[in-house]
Amino acid sequence: MIDQIKLDENLVAQAKAHGASIASDVLAFVQGHTTVAVERTICRLLGIDGVNQVYAPYANVLVEHLKEWGLLSIGAAYFIAAAHLETKMSPQEIAEAVDQGQLQLGSFALPPGVTASDVLAPYINQSLKKIAEQRAKREEKIAAEPKKDRPLIYCIVATGNIYEDITQSVAAARQGADIIAVIRTTGQSLLDYVPYGATTEGFGGTYATQENFRLMRQALDQVGEELGRYIRLTNYCSGLCMPEIAAMGALERLDMMLNDALYGILFRDINMQRTLIDQHFSRQINAVAGIIINTGEDNYLTTADAVEEAHTVIASQILNEQLALAAGLPSEQMGLGHAFEIDPNVQGGFVLELAHALLSRSLFPQAPLKYMPPTKFMTGNIFKGQSQNTMFNIASYLTGQNIHLLGMLTEAIHTPFMSDRALSIENALMVFTSMAGLAEELEIKSGGKIEKRAQLVLEKALELLEEIDQNKLFHALEKGVFADISRSSQGGKGLDGVAKKDERYENPFSQIWS
Amino acid sequence: MQDKNFIKPYGDTLNDGKIQISFTLPLDAGAKAQAAASQIMEKLGLEDIVIAQEQSLSPGFTFYVAYGSFKAAIDLDTIVVLENEQKALTIEETDELIKRELGRKLTVIGASTGTDAHTVGIDAIMNRKGFNGRFGLERYDMLITHNLGSQVLNETLLQKAVQENADVILVSQTVTQKDIHIHNLTELIEMAEAEGLRDKMVFICGGARITHELAKELGYDAGFGSGKYADDVATFMVKELIRRKESNF
Ligand code: B12
Repeated sequence: MIDQIKLDENLVAQAKAHGASIASDVLAFVQGHTTVAVERTICRLLGIDGVNQVYAPYANVLVEHLKEWGLLSIGAAYFIAAAHLETKMSPQEIAEAVDQGQLQLGSFALPPGVTASDVLAPYINQSLKKIAEQRAKREEKIAAEPKKDRPLIYCIVATGNIYEDITQSVAAARQGADIIAVIRTTGQSLLDYVPYGATTEGFGGTYATQENFRLMRQALDQVGEELGRYIRLTNYCSGLCMPEIAAMGALERLDMMLNDALYGILFRDINMQRTLIDQHFSRQINAVAGIIINTGEDNYLTTADAVEEAHTVIASQILNEQLALAAGLPSEQMGLGHAFEIDPNVQGGFVLELAHALLSRSLFPQAPLKYMPPTKFMTGNIFKGQSQNTMFNIASYLTGQNIHLLGMLTEAIHTPFMSDRALSIENALMVFTSMAGLAEELEIKSGGKIEKRAQLVLEKALELLEEIDQNKLFHALEKGVFADISRSSQGGKGLDGVAKKDERYENPFSQIWS
Repeated sequence: MQDKNFIKPYGDTLNDGKIQISFTLPLDAGAKAQAAASQIMEKLGLEDIVIAQEQSLSPGFTFYVAYGSFKAAIDLDTIVVLENEQKALTIEETDELIKRELGRKLTVIGASTGTDAHTVGIDAIMNRKGFNGRFGLERYDMLITHNLGSQVLNETLLQKAVQENADVILVSQTVTQKDIHIHNLTELIEMAEAEGLRDKMVFICGGARITHELAKELGYDAGFGSGKYADDVATFMVKELIRRKESNF
């Protein structure tokens, strides 16, 4: 079925060319700048871990110190290297000494001709090795499990307590979930540090911490082992700590990461300069770690109309694809997002959903697309909700989606109960089992409603991409092209954490991965 | 047949009292767990219990779908509800009322507060285009509106309210897990009281899980949940301001 939707190749090429042009413009800006989050990530990748007496992560302590002394633009790697060369202290010891007020990093400098990459090579290689090992382990486990000829079932857990999350996740895995996403607590995306240790207090989600990642990974490996399957783990590298969380995910073998600057800009009012710089480095990390990113286009349809604004999803997917390619992330790791969010009372709405889903499928044949369930038109009528989800399951199966985020019958009420998840998994497995083989038997009518709708949405997406390309992304976002939301390039959270790179600046990891 | 004002749930026969329930027990499926499920139903005041489905969710967890008949009956005459059921005025009527009774434009400040990032609710009330075909407060000639968006600190909201000399504060809360909305709404009222603002402004909150009763309990003048729109809110706030004006004489 997938092959049978015909798109005007010329339009596709034009749309992607505009996407590439917008992305290269963003990249030019990104490459000239760094942020506090990027520098903290470098610290973490150099082995700086832990928190001080007042629970401030050492990575923050060191980077705040640089910022205070106006040294952010030269970067953490440079000063850690310089201090290491002179004192022989490890990056961790350096951070602790800075915390104690025993070191003033500005007093160190690298001799001419010496690079931070050379000086810090042993620390750099240690992280690279760990990331490579985790990637290899994942690939080995996936190679060993039976292949699935259907969308992968993605469930969320959101209890706020990592131990309760584990109970819920293990149950979901046993019921048939392939992917577990631990939703983050409200408010975490606006924290300019990553909390430390195992946590049990979150609202609408659980803190993303490295220890929580490790605990959940361990539990899922264990139950996966027992079931003869690999249970994939997802979290969010978004918000003000985007690249840091990417690094933690790479070290702890997460398999997917929500990773979309546009989401943060539009839905959390994070400054666009800040988060696009952060996103680039985080995507480089995800790329090398073999982590599939999930983008957040589905969210546009929660504030804007799913029929009228369908083209904004497509335009954003193309943009996200090109930004990801620019960071070295291959198509096979692009979980581009879209959603089944048309009002169920729209006459022929399901036909439009199929058209939209097939359009995404055809535009990104290699990408493991992430398809989101109905949320906006879910109500307190859980019985109707279960039916809406069944229709979504059918659409996802028929159009060959890959990452299938399960709808919950109680979406409009609370974060999922164990039974909600079980009923949803049962529903999806029933659809996938019962419909197995159907997709191959069906063809999309040439020149019919579905093809025409896809073509129309593509045309509108192209127009929008042209407009963004002309205005540049920053201006387009100021004009409110996505989700009916407009944001200023000078507004939002986190702009004060952005610095223009000095000529001495070095990011040893980015250099290797570029 | 019982008195008309005594009410029982309805299955397919008046006063059969039928109720359908589903829940999970942290137990393995089996006779003992089933008996526990039945007892839970009994303690809820049900009889003729049928455990229709017992389904294992995972070792140690079992899901039940059960039916029973409600033994008691509810005497409607004893029920007093705190409702906010005024008939909504049209935009023109409201504008007219403000002009006539208050003689000046009213200032309304709204926000989705705390860590809450949901804006669709407050936008549904405030934005010009409104929601479900019911236009928002921005369309009223006699209202000056400021929608501060989401993730607004209570402190910021109050500052802005003082700065703009607000008559009405609108707060939206969507995330309710672990009662985060209660903490946040309570904090706002406490801050307003501490700053002597509570009686100077009309405080209204809203959101999918907010009821008028809850709002009153938390110290607000009114609360609006799903199915309520800008005209309901506008009607309430104008009448409340008129009431306050009159009671000051
Ligand atoms: C859209 C949506 C989002 C969008 C929001 C986009 C935006 N800019 O608003 C996005 C994708 C960003 C989002 C994010 C999250 N969401 Co959300 N989201 C929803 C969803 C699907 C619809 C909500 C909605 O827009 N309803 C439509 C509006 C019009 O309805 P309403 O808000 O009830 O408003 C009406 C009335 O209540 C009233 N009203 C509302 N406010 C006010 C204010 C005043 C003054 C008055 C008078 C009236 C009033 O008037 C309106 C018109 O009638 C619901 C699920 C659902 N179907 O309900 C989940 C839901 C609300 N989200 C939820 C959660 C947990 C989150 C997250 C916290 C998840 C996470 N951990 O990241 C994040 C939010 C992070 C944060 N910091 O807050 C949960 C909340 C669970 C709970 N009870 O605590 C829900 C129920 C989903 C779920 N089952 O898990 N979400």
